[in-house]
Amino acid sequence: MAGSGTAHLRTDRERSLVVDDLVVEFPVTHGTVHAVSGLNLDLLPGETLGILGESGCGKSSAGRAVMQLPPPTSGSVHLGEVELTGLKAREMRRARARMQLVLQDPVSALNPRRKVKDLVVEGLEIWGWAERRRDTFVDELLTSVGLDPESVREKRPHELSGGQCQRVCIARALALDPEVLICDEPVSSLDVSVQAQILNLLEQARERYGLSMVFIAHDVAVVKNISDRVLVMYLGKTCEVLPSDGLERNALHPYTRLLLASVPSEADADRAPAGVEAAPGSKAVELPSPLDPPSGCRFRTRCPLATDRCAAEEPRLRELRPGQFVACHHPDPTLADPTLADPTLADPTPEE
Amino acid sequence: MTTPSVPDLLEVTDLRTVFHTARGDVRAVDGVSFRLAAGETLGLVGESGSGKSVLGRTVMGLISSGPTTTVTGSVRIGGHDVHALKPSARRRLWGPEVAMVFQDPMTSLNPVKRVGTHLTETLRRHLHCSRTEATERAVDLLRQVGIPEPARRLRQYPHELSGGMRQRVVIATALACDPRLLIADEPTTALDVTVQKQILDLLGSLVAERDMAMLLVSHDLGAVAGRTDRVQVMYAGRTVESGATRPVFAAPEHPYTEALLASIPNLAHPPHTVLRAIEGNPPDMARPPLGCRFAPRCGRAAAGCTDELPLLVGVPGSAGVTGREVACHHPVGLSAPLEGNRHGR
Repeated sequence: MAGSGTAHLRTDRERSLVVDDLVVEFPVTHGTVHAVSGLNLDLLPGETLGILGESGCGKSSAGRAVMQLPPPTSGSVHLGEVELTGLKAREMRRARARMQLVLQDPVSALNPRRKVKDLVVEGLEIWGWAERRRDTFVDELLTSVGLDPESVREKRPHELSGGQCQRVCIARALALDPEVLICDEPVSSLDVSVQAQILNLLEQARERYGLSMVFIAHDVAVVKNISDRVLVMYLGKTCEVLPSDGLERNALHPYTRLLLASVPSEADADRAPAGVEAAPGSKAVELPSPLDPPSGCRFRTRCPLATDRCAAEEPRLRELRPGQFVACHHPDPTLADPTLADPTLADPTPEE
Repeated sequence: MTTPSVPDLLEVTDLRTVFHTARGDVRAVDGVSFRLAAGETLGLVGESGSGKSVLGRTVMGLISSGPTTTVTGSVRIGGHDVHALKPSARRRLWGPEVAMVFQDPMTSLNPVKRVGTHLTETLRRHLHCSRTEATERAVDLLRQVGIPEPARRLRQYPHELSGGMRQRVVIATALACDPRLLIADEPTTALDVTVQKQILDLLGSLVAERDMAMLLVSHDLGAVAGRTDRVQVMYAGRTVESGATRPVFAAPEHPYTEALLASIPNLAHPPHTVLRAIEGNPPDMARPPLGCRFAPRCGRAAAGCTDELPLLVGVPGSAGVTGREVACHHPVGLSAPLEGNRHGR
């Protein structure tokens, strides 16, 4: 990749969200952080798009820029027919009701001084719903996210567990009947047993309310489970867009393969532990800085297949299989077959 | 692995760590026993609040009895009873006998000290090296943990390194005195997936090279599955199941282990597979449920479960599986209750 391109956009279909050439940059003392550099994506009604990447790849910045929190440096975001960038505050507020955000840390996302019954209908309060009408809605909302209204209605966030707080956050987001739900690492701060509850709840909510969802996370298995389509990001650019079904077999981009090979599993025990000096991947590699991203393909400094062309020319997304778009000059189809998967791929070449 | 003639390096017997808080006594670790031999890796898995980290720290002796804490039971490392030693004697154990790698590499390094100082400080104090000797050994240690340009890194401060690189420095510091036992408390939780794999690979090869014993504390079942010889599953301060890693994960006996494994999204399953979530939340450790602590969330719970605390007893029968223990009145693979659990406490 880490490249760019618009080949994966489905311009002939009805889309609930279209993000075009999104750029997010933050000025810092010695330069500019290139958080997102030209991201394109679209979302069909009822579809879930997973954005997968490691910390610093720009996935959260992208999610927030779509919400205009803060607005992107450049690029456009269309929610249905409405272009969000450059809207006036009042119009923006109207548009935001159609698009809601669920954040990573549910406890800090809630005002600690307010009670659950006020938190879940805060949006409705802003939209001028009468108090009596809101109150009847509270119980319905809490029940729909699997909370018992009797026991939680009068509580404040610190009296609830992390999983319960995340349910309150989801209820809050659903209260306004949005079209698009953006979830930024909604389960990464939760325990495994609670994580499954929240993932199931999000699936139910998507079906019941006909939501389109953008699901941002770093966990490959979680993203595969909830998404229809997965977009892999590295250092602010798109590596690969592919259907989540069969993702673990079909991924072609070297970075996606690296992510898959890094998922810890029982199979790790079958490899004899190599000496630290001998094993190619045991040497530490400094990751490139988003302040000064590598030229051409941004993944080339860690890529085992990198050539001179990768430094000179940025790869663009190409459709290599139906529905699968890869931004790489040297995607090796043999890599897509797990029996041929080269274990050295898991280990980025040491860089000195 | 375990050779019967060699005494075990680590022996933990009926360990209890109780914190006295305003809300009452929190029994974070409640009667845990295990052994660990040289060259062996034991995984401690559980969710947050299961007591696994407190257990790791109590084994190390970082948590000991005091005004707010009571530790009972015993921890013997290489024959020394950690909690019976005077603090000064315990400090002499830290380094050559036992060392620890913590979760967050930023906060476990001193931000105002250079990387080199962390290493030479340890070497000079415990091994009484001279200044030049300590520096030479520090360079060597950094090389062993796979850090490029070790001599230059010694002069850098922790904030100049990436998270993965910092964790390597923490590991190098822990290894400085050649410990016989390494306690790694969630060593990769703060790191990215690709870096996590590198650090786990590194720990694995170091343990093999040095014939160390390692206690790997983690909530990540995948990481523990591929990196440990034996595993101990904790729930609400108690061990619910223990045994050789592969059989435990392949055919869990305790309903909690089974449910935990089933609740993790699996890459081999198609998208939108409904996950088998465990309903409810882990118990409040100041007011743990009576009887089996998992009973309120357990699909197999029957009348007796909420009255009697199940004991950890050996699983009989299954050929080839040794040392498998489970604390359950109605284990998954068995229809009849286990001997010894008919009359719990």
